[in-house]
Amino acid sequence: MAPVLQIKNLQKTYDGGFEALKGVDLEIEEGEILALLGPNGAGKTTLISTVCGITVPTGGTALVAGHDIITEYRQARSAIGLVPQEINLEPFETVWNATRLTRGLFGKRRDDKLLEQILRRLSLWDKKDSQIKELSGGMKRRVLIAKALSHEPRVLFLDEPTAGVDVELRKDMWEIVADLKTQGVTIILTTHYIEEAEAIADRIGVINGGQLLLVEEKNALMARMGKKQLTIDLRDPLQSIPAGLKSDALELSEDGTQLVYSYDTNSERTGITTLLAALSREGIVLSDISTRQSSLEEIFVDLVKESAA
Amino acid sequence: MNLTAVWAIYRYEMTRFFRTLLQSFISPVISTSLYFVVFGTAIGSRIEEVEGVTYAAFIVPGLIMLSVMMQSISNASFGIYFPKFIGTIYEMLSAPVNFLEIVLGYVGAAATKALFIGLVILGTASLFVDLTIAHPFAMVAFLVLTCLSFALMGFIIGIWAKNFEQLQLVPLLIVTPLVFLGGSFYSISMLPPVWQTITLFNPVVYLISGFRWAFFDMADVSVGVSLMAIAGFTAICLGAIWWIFRTGWRIRS
Repeated sequence: MAPVLQIKNLQKTYDGGFEALKGVDLEIEEGEILALLGPNGAGKTTLISTVCGITVPTGGTALVAGHDIITEYRQARSAIGLVPQEINLEPFETVWNATRLTRGLFGKRRDDKLLEQILRRLSLWDKKDSQIKELSGGMKRRVLIAKALSHEPRVLFLDEPTAGVDVELRKDMWEIVADLKTQGVTIILTTHYIEEAEAIADRIGVINGGQLLLVEEKNALMARMGKKQLTIDLRDPLQSIPAGLKSDALELSEDGTQLVYSYDTNSERTGITTLLAALSREGIVLSDISTRQSSLEEIFVDLVKESAA
Repeated sequence: MNLTAVWAIYRYEMTRFFRTLLQSFISPVISTSLYFVVFGTAIGSRIEEVEGVTYAAFIVPGLIMLSVMMQSISNASFGIYFPKFIGTIYEMLSAPVNFLEIVLGYVGAAATKALFIGLVILGTASLFVDLTIAHPFAMVAFLVLTCLSFALMGFIIGIWAKNFEQLQLVPLLIVTPLVFLGGSFYSISMLPPVWQTITLFNPVVYLISGFRWAFFDMADVSVGVSLMAIAGFTAICLGAIWWIFRTGWRIRS
């Protein structure tokens, strides 16, 4: 099956000359969750706005559900639900009316049952007749999601869905996203919280300076980039690494009380057994051992640094 | 044509109106009554008749036009400016709607509200003076066309405005003087000859004159010219809106 979203060489240069997107290529399969990671100003929101029709691309193409976003904008946009980053809601309107408006705008027949289902799933049903200004920040975000879902989109864009949201609500949001995935909705979310991408995404794209640096399976990315470190605490400090142990992967801390051994979890031999055997042969007494895996955050920081260099 | 979307926008805009129905209703009633007290009674007692019509009755079409024009502009300009201001415009831009549909929804709603207020004023006025309407169909047609064309103009202002001050600027600095100098409260023939000529450059004169003709079968300019003026004005507004949406001016970057 063709990807539900096909972006080819998409470019956006704003009137002031700022190049927000420098030719982005991206394909997304139906039903997957893609997290777009990037620092502020990386082009995440511009990418979403361009695909959704809020800004006009200056180059390249994008197809949503097989329809070009410019020439077949009606079909393309009909397939998209958008949850914007800012809480853009009319404060005096009720939850129900706001949700109904969106469904109508997308040309869908009135369907009160469906709206009820959506509002119930987002725990908004008992607030349906409340004015939006009476709701908490987290609730308002849910209203934005309810609006986006009201027209049964195949692709859902979530632009920083958990920016400025407390931990509990963030977990809540992740559950909602997981729930949507089980219903077959394709989800593209932007975030600069690495743990968010780590928690819910199938694939991760890293964007910086208007360029997509990479798109990879989350697990593969972590395995590929992920290094593990074994830290060994020594009972008696060493002056230097004994000659029999010398290796590129082994480092001695400045005060001589710790040995740090870096290895790759994917390789056949990690070299840990050999190292430990050698340590006991040298008569070095260990007081503690710990291991640590580099997080997506470190991977991300490395990537962004590389691209800047 | 995404008629569902047009209806959704129209309905959404109208709920705002119904939410504030009481104040939508009361303010024109009070202001009309005030105009009658000030113009009808105070000035009317000195003028008595204008071309066979009592002065109090004579100002009714002008009063209705004055309110309808101001209401059309403010409803439509606020209607489209507010989503821009609070950011909900994203929804219009990302929805499968074209510009005609957005305009129909917003302008239709703004014109409906203005029409409603026009009818309320007509009702209030009929409490003060005896009104017979010579050409009822033409009266309704002029009223509807005025509502629509001024709502279109309001829509343009709403798109153009970058802040609330600008939103008030055009109605206050341009429309109000044009309406007051457009023969709302007097017949053009009452003016000195020089001013009569100058007044003919004021487009509002033609609208009020045509509307007054529908009531009393008397006009400052011929009805045909009035109709052409309103058609021309509508065409200019439509053209401007078409250009705005084609270029995305101040809406889509």
